[in-house]
Amino acid sequence: MTMIEALRSAMDVKLASDPSVIIFGEDVGYFGGVFRCTAGLQARHGEERVFDTPINESAIVGLAVGMAAQGMRPCVEIQFADYVFPAYDQITQEAARLRHRSNGQFTCPLVIRMPTGGGIFGGQTHSQSPEALFTHVAGLKVVIPATPHDAKGLLIAAIEDPDPVIFLEPKRIYNGPFYGDHSGKSVPWASHDGGEVPEGHFVVPLGQARVHREGAGVTVLAYGTMVHVAEAAAAAAGVDAEIIDLRTLLPLDLETITASVQKTGRCVVVHEATRTSGFGAELIAEIQEACFWHLRAPLLRVTGWDAPYPHAQEWDYFPSPARIARALLEVGKD
Amino acid sequence: MSTARLSFPRPPARPDQAPDFSAIVVPQAGALPVPPPDLDAGASRPFATGMIRVLDDDGRAVGPWAEYLGDLSAEPLLRGLRDMLRMRAVDRRMLNAQRQGKTSFYLQCTGEEAIGCGFQRELSPGDMNFPTYRQQSLLIAADYPLEALMGQLYSNDLDPLQGRQLPIMHSARDHGFFSISGNLGTQYVQAVGWAMGCALRGTGEIAAGWIGDGATASNDFHSALLSASVYLPPVVLNVVNNQWAISTYTGVAAGQSETYAARALGYGIPALRVDGNDYLAVIAVSRWAIERARNGHGPVLIEWFTYRVAAHSTSDDPTAYRPRDEAKAWPLGDPVDRLKTHLILRGDWSEDRHRQAEAEILDEVTTVQKAVEAHGTFVDPQPISPAEIFRGVYAEPPPHLRRQRQEMGF
Repeated sequence: MTMIEALRSAMDVKLASDPSVIIFGEDVGYFGGVFRCTAGLQARHGEERVFDTPINESAIVGLAVGMAAQGMRPCVEIQFADYVFPAYDQITQEAARLRHRSNGQFTCPLVIRMPTGGGIFGGQTHSQSPEALFTHVAGLKVVIPATPHDAKGLLIAAIEDPDPVIFLEPKRIYNGPFYGDHSGKSVPWASHDGGEVPEGHFVVPLGQARVHREGAGVTVLAYGTMVHVAEAAAAAAGVDAEIIDLRTLLPLDLETITASVQKTGRCVVVHEATRTSGFGAELIAEIQEACFWHLRAPLLRVTGWDAPYPHAQEWDYFPSPARIARALLEVGKD
Repeated sequence: MSTARLSFPRPPARPDQAPDFSAIVVPQAGALPVPPPDLDAGASRPFATGMIRVLDDDGRAVGPWAEYLGDLSAEPLLRGLRDMLRMRAVDRRMLNAQRQGKTSFYLQCTGEEAIGCGFQRELSPGDMNFPTYRQQSLLIAADYPLEALMGQLYSNDLDPLQGRQLPIMHSARDHGFFSISGNLGTQYVQAVGWAMGCALRGTGEIAAGWIGDGATASNDFHSALLSASVYLPPVVLNVVNNQWAISTYTGVAAGQSETYAARALGYGIPALRVDGNDYLAVIAVSRWAIERARNGHGPVLIEWFTYRVAAHSTSDDPTAYRPRDEAKAWPLGDPVDRLKTHLILRGDWSEDRHRQAEAEILDEVTTVQKAVEAHGTFVDPQPISPAEIFRGVYAEPPPHLRRQRQEMGF
């Protein structure tokens, strides 16, 4: 299954089993979404369950907050994470705080899906990775899968979660894993273990990281597309890396992270998003606090540059296997 | 040379000037008919640009909207009067409490009592208001216990929100009152979403959105009207036009719009403009709009035309930006005085009974206030546990919040 099919399957399973689940967003109804994630769902479940909205993100989320407060479970799509900002008020000031500010009178079991990240020649308005703008907000959960298997299990868990979940979908790996070589042949999910997705209902619990590759030399913390790019970089550099796919950024599985870093004594954090105040900064702060006396080298970050995401120069911006490999070798020096 | 010049709307009078409401056209009571429940936006133009009024200058109930209310017994009108008197007494006592330092903040609704008091009495159990911070009158008319209302203002152990929210940011689900946000406008589109939920689930309930004239400028006003126009859910969209957004004259939010009500017409949503200081007009139009929404005729917008007599809040001094006696010049009068005059004219009330009722209600409110203050105020605090900060951030506290709570010492 591709990640698109896996996400569709998750929504299909929940639409079929829970009448309170409802799906809406721009182009998601009749057409099935610009990335086809909701294709066929309206035909199967009806227009009252899966429908199109105007191009108005604050309405998409604001309506969903009103529905969720009543006990429905909206799973809405923002067409690109870059477009979420008109809804930022509704997400951060409303959805995230409703349970707390009303002392539990109203809650907000809501999922906001959005394609994130670069690698598709999308330029600065179709390539951003805004995860840190959500992990900074108390009351939200932030999820990002790296495989179709996890995409389905995490999305079902997110829809069933009692609190609002930001569900980031790394669009570069919608149709196959990406190892950082844009000129290479694309690989389908069918040839990858992560493309094996169970039929029907299953859950990947939120808040649990996954050890993507075991290793003893250096810990790599990554999520989304970068899990696969880091894997390729470690192989190219000949480094015995332990690659951890975080899967959920908030709440963070600090236990898995610290166990690994205490074992390896070295750590590289990789993300596509800009560096300054990025999620990597939070990871590094937590690691130095929990693992300081185990560290054998300074912690390093490989990230997008602190510049707007470029179009023509995309592959000079996107963290490449070569940059990651250099960091792995640097952090491996005694 | 350019002839282009910008417009900067100005109020008719500033503090050193005499109040001037000469630009406000006050139509005769009884001039507008009662439209059919399936009124469409185009046909609603006379209602959106005129003003529905029931009580005339002498306090008589006149015209088609008075007939629409039928032969009212005295009981609902006396109840409305008591609601408004209770509202005014609570505002008075709580303003006083803030001045004494017993709470950090308060905000009155003086002059606007008829709107929330009247509208709430026309709702049914299960209907949900999405209010602003100046709709405490909805809670009063929903018979919300004053202990809970005042407990919230004092952030003591009677506060249903356990000290989490700024005073006046109530939440009362069982009384049809959604959790208030200080970020203006957000609730308006949420009301539309709630109403969509009512229709999808077939509950027969409706939602009511509330917004001030100032916040109609916010993006979520547009989001709400567009969404309501697209999906036609059972929602009544209320705009309380009280002429002032803190210090900003209503013209700055209105621009060249004819009225706030008329803005809905561009969205294909019918709209009515109503004398918000006329309790009978309030209950008549509320009944019409709520029934219309409940019967599947879709959204409707009501502009309640009124005046914010009080300061914006206890942090505001209106003498810095408007004439001190502007409220006295307001052409639509005072909602309590007008209903009182009508009831006296009907033979159901008297000046003596009014004075007696005012005193009794103030006594009742003061008695509750004393009892609530015994649970703690800002002057004499009985703090709620700081650990409350961490409760309810999520349904289940994740590890990092458990660690932080321990770090705090709990």
